[in-house]
Amino acid sequence: MSTLETTLESHEHAHHGPAKGIGRWLFTTNHKDIGSMYLWFSLLMFFIGGCMALLIRAELFQPGLQLVEPGFFNQMTTMHGLIMVFGAVMPAFVGLANWMVPMMIGAPDMALPRMNNWSFWILPFAFAMLVSTLFMDGGAPNFGWTFYAPLSTTYAPPSVTYFIFAVHMMGISSIMGAINIIATILNMRTPGMTMMKLPLFCWTWLITAFLLIAVMPVLAGVVTMMLMDIHFGTSFFNAAGGGDPVLFQHVFWFFGHPEVYIMILPAFGIISHIIPTFARKPLFGYASMVYATASIAILSFLVWAHHMFTVGLPLVGELFFMFATMLIAVPTGVKVFNWVATMFRGSMTFETPMLFALAFVVLFTIGGFSGLMLAIAPVDFQYHDTYFVVAHFHYVLVPGAVFAIMAGVYYWLPKWTGHMLNETMGKLHFWISFIGVNITFFPMHFIGLAGMPRRIPDYALQFADFNMVASIGAFIFGLSQLIFLWNVIACVRGGRRAEARAWEGAEGLEWEVASPAPYHTFATPPKLPETPR
Amino acid sequence: MSIHADNRRLVRRLVLGAVLMFGFGFALVPLYDVFCEVTGLNGKITNTGPVVVDGPDRSRQVKVRLIAVHNEGMPWTFDPTDNVIETHPGEMKQTSFRAANPTGRRMVAQAIPSVAPAEAAQYLHKVNCFCFEQQALLAGESIEMPLLFVIDKKLPEHIRSLTLSYTLFDISPEVSTAAMAEKEQSL
Repeated sequence: MSTLETTLESHEHAHHGPAKGIGRWLFTTNHKDIGSMYLWFSLLMFFIGGCMALLIRAELFQPGLQLVEPGFFNQMTTMHGLIMVFGAVMPAFVGLANWMVPMMIGAPDMALPRMNNWSFWILPFAFAMLVSTLFMDGGAPNFGWTFYAPLSTTYAPPSVTYFIFAVHMMGISSIMGAINIIATILNMRTPGMTMMKLPLFCWTWLITAFLLIAVMPVLAGVVTMMLMDIHFGTSFFNAAGGGDPVLFQHVFWFFGHPEVYIMILPAFGIISHIIPTFARKPLFGYASMVYATASIAILSFLVWAHHMFTVGLPLVGELFFMFATMLIAVPTGVKVFNWVATMFRGSMTFETPMLFALAFVVLFTIGGFSGLMLAIAPVDFQYHDTYFVVAHFHYVLVPGAVFAIMAGVYYWLPKWTGHMLNETMGKLHFWISFIGVNITFFPMHFIGLAGMPRRIPDYALQFADFNMVASIGAFIFGLSQLIFLWNVIACVRGGRRAEARAWEGAEGLEWEVASPAPYHTFATPPKLPETPR
Repeated sequence: MSIHADNRRLVRRLVLGAVLMFGFGFALVPLYDVFCEVTGLNGKITNTGPVVVDGPDRSRQVKVRLIAVHNEGMPWTFDPTDNVIETHPGEMKQTSFRAANPTGRRMVAQAIPSVAPAEAAQYLHKVNCFCFEQQALLAGESIEMPLLFVIDKKLPEHIRSLTLSYTLFDISPEVSTAAMAEKEQSL
C-alpha cells in the first residue's frame, strides 16, 4: 500500500482519478473502467438472452403450441444462442481480462488503451443492431445460431443483412480485444515475470486471444460469403451455381469449434486461481496446465467436422475426426486431475467463489463426458440434432463457462469494490443456481437419447414429463440470477471492508494492491513476490 | 519508448495475422473443391470431355443407376430414359434424360450431378453431358438431353454398381437478372 502511494506520487503525469459524468465512460482508456463496462454489458446481455431462454422453456412446458408462433420460437432459439455466445460469455471474459490481466502482470494499463475503448464501444451498437431485427418485417434471424446455408441465405428473412453486419462488428471488437490482450501480456509484464511465472488466467487468455485472431476472421469471411450470395449473385453455398451448402458447414465449424474453446479456456484460468486460494495450496502441475491449454487450442483446429458426422463424410474422415476429438479428452483430463490434486489434502474452505469453482469442476466434467459420447461417430447418428446435444453444450457452457465467470466475479469483487460479499446471499445464489441448472439440463440428456429433436416448438407426448421438469428448473435457475444481480449491487454499495488480500490463501500481484484497487495501479513495475504461483 | 515500438510491431503482426486468416476463410472455398476433386469425396465429378477408349474390359460388368431429382419448387418433369444401364469398364455408353417445362413461362434449369459411392466419382468420365450447359425451355416445350459416358478401367474391383444422380435446379431468376454470359460453368 505504501509503496503504491509513493509510486503514484513519483509519477509526474499520473491522473488522480476518473473524469466526471458520462464522459468518463464514453472516453475512458482506463482498463478498470472498460473492464467494468464489459462486465455490466455482459450481464445485461445475459438477462436478455436469459429471458429468451425462459420464453423457449415456457413454450416447451407442455406439448402443443401455447405461447408463441413456431416462427417466433425459431427467432428465440437463434437470438438466445447468438446473444449468449457473443454478447454474454465472450464480453464477460474480455471484461475480466481487462480488469485482471494488467493487475496480475504488474502493468499500469492495457498495452493499447484507446483501442480498448473502441473495442468495447463497438459492442453496444452491434447488439442494438442484432436485437433491432426482432422488430423488423419478417422478424429476426430464425435459422439457428449456427446459421447454416441455405436457411440463412435462400430462405432467410430480410433482416439477415443486419445480422451479418452485427457479426462483423462483434468480430472486429473481439479481434481488437484479443490483439490488446496479447500485446499486454507479451510486452508489459513486470521485470522478472517470465512466461512460466505468468498467472494461469493470463496464460489461458493469451492462448484464447490467439484462437480469436485465428478464427474470428474466418467467421467474418463466412458471413461475407453469405452476404455476397444473398445480394451479389455469387454461389458459394448454392449448388445450382456450382457451390456447395456443405462448404458452409466446413467453414463455419472451422470457426465454430475453436470458438467453443474460446468460451472455456479463460474459465479454466479462473478456476486455476480460485481452487488454490481456497485449498490454500499452490496449483498442482502449473507447467502441465500451460501445456494442456496449448494442446487443447491446437487440437481445436483439427476436429471441426465432428459437428458434421451426418452430412455424408467419408469413412476416413469420420474416423479421423472421431479420434482427434477423443484426443482432446487427454489434456482436459490433465486439467481436471490437476484441480483435484490441488484440493487433495488442502485446507479447504467453501466460500461462494470456491463453491462455484467446485461445481464447475464436477458439472463441466459431466459435459465433457457427454461430449465424448457425441464424439463417437457411429452413435452420433442417433444423437445428432437431438436434445442430447443441447444438454451437452449447456453443461459445458452454463455450469462451465457461466459458473466460472460467476466464480471469478465473486472472487475478485472485493478487489473491485473494496467490500466483502454477503456470504449468506452468495451461498443462497449458488445453491439455487446449482440445483436449478441440473434440473434444467440433466433431463435433456434423457429426452435427447429418446429422440426429441432440438429447435422445435412442439413435441411428441412421450417427452412431456421431462420437458416440464426442465422448464421448472429453467425458471428456478433464471430467477436465481436476480440474487446474483442483488449480490453484485449490494457489494458495490457496501459491506464489510475488504483487505488488500481479500482471501486468506490468495496469491498474485492483484492482491498486493489495495482493495478497492486504486484507479491507477502499478505506475512503476512492482517487484515480484518471493513465491509466485 | 521501446515498449511502444514493441507494441506497434506486435500489433502489426497480429493484424496481418487476422487479415491472412480472413483470406484463408475464402481460400477454403477453392481448397475444398480441390480436396473434393483429388479425393472424389463429395461425389463431384470433374472428369469431362473426350477420353481415349481402347476397348471395353468384358470380364467385368458394372451396373449404373440413373436418378433424376427435382430441387425444391422445380415444376419441370425430369426423368432418365433408362433407369439402369449395364456396362463394361472402358465401354462408351449413350443414354438420355427427358425434361419438359409444363409451366406457361420460359424457364432456365441447371442439372447438378453427383455420384455414389463417392469413391467411384473419379472413375466416371462424361464425354458429353447436358449438365455441361444450362437448359432453357419455352412454355410447354420438352427436350431429350444426351449423356455420353465411360467408366474408367481403373475402377476398383469391389465397385460393381454405382449411382449417377442429377438434381435439376431452377435458375431462371438468376439468369434473367445477371448477364447470362457471365455465368461461369465450373462443372
